[in-house]
Amino acid sequence: MIDSAHMVLMVATVLFALGLVGVLTRKNVVFMLISVEIMLNAAGLAFVAAGSKWQQPDGQVMFLFILAMAAAEVSIGLALVLQIYHQHKTLDVDRLKELRD
Amino acid sequence: MVITRFHPVHALLYLAVSFLSVGMIFLSLGAPFVAALEVIVYAGAIIVLFIFVVMMLNLGRETAHQEKEWLKPKVWLLPSALVLVLLAEMIILLFTDSKQPMQVAVVDPRKLALSLYGEYIIAVELTGFLLMAGIVGAAHIGKHMHTPMHRFLQNGHGEKEKAKQTRPPEPVSNEQTVLHDR
Repeated sequence: MIDSAHMVLMVATVLFALGLVGVLTRKNVVFMLISVEIMLNAAGLAFVAAGSKWQQPDGQVMFLFILAMAAAEVSIGLALVLQIYHQHKTLDVDRLKELRD
Repeated sequence: MVITRFHPVHALLYLAVSFLSVGMIFLSLGAPFVAALEVIVYAGAIIVLFIFVVMMLNLGRETAHQEKEWLKPKVWLLPSALVLVLLAEMIILLFTDSKQPMQVAVVDPRKLALSLYGEYIIAVELTGFLLMAGIVGAAHIGKHMHTPMHRFLQNGHGEKEKAKQTRPPEPVSNEQTVLHDR
């Protein structure tokens, strides 16, 4: 029987890999932001698992910081998505290569 | 399931399911406060933000068709293979060290709060700075910017605008002019 910490860390690894596949394959900016959310969630899961293994509250503190960072990142990212859509009328990252407008 | 959907709203629903299940994992790991925060902040606030943006951009069936065209197997096969290699390496690394059985201990919110406001007080304040910067940045980016241009570009643009304006205006025929002509 596999013990619990390894199972949780494996779940976190699988989640992180899924988020990475999403970032690498998707072309829509909204889907890429969703995948980044999954990756941040996996990192927080690993932190909480480690903090629960050593019975320290530090892992959960780190998860709180990750949560705040994810909230700020999502708000900025979605504002950027809105601005991109208003300026270029597309969300395709391949068509957003040019720096000048 | 989240990364394979074509419709954005379906992907968001599966994302909410994923967040709730991660919250349940937290609860079984003995972190009830973090589980509650996960459900409230992620499944509450962040999903709502995404849904607002999907609603404002009106991403609907056309986006789904576009995604279906983009997501061919030759597009996702190579990144998936690379990430699979990475996943295998990480799992091998996880299982090569010594295994000791883990006792799940409940870290109560009181201990968490004492640690948060005791030794991590600087980090809490920095997080406050980060959130403030996020709010200000989102407000600044989100308001409708007209892009500042160099004056040469503006001249060129102005001439183009002028050329557009010198075109004879189309005759207006709404109800009032019709009445007036009569």
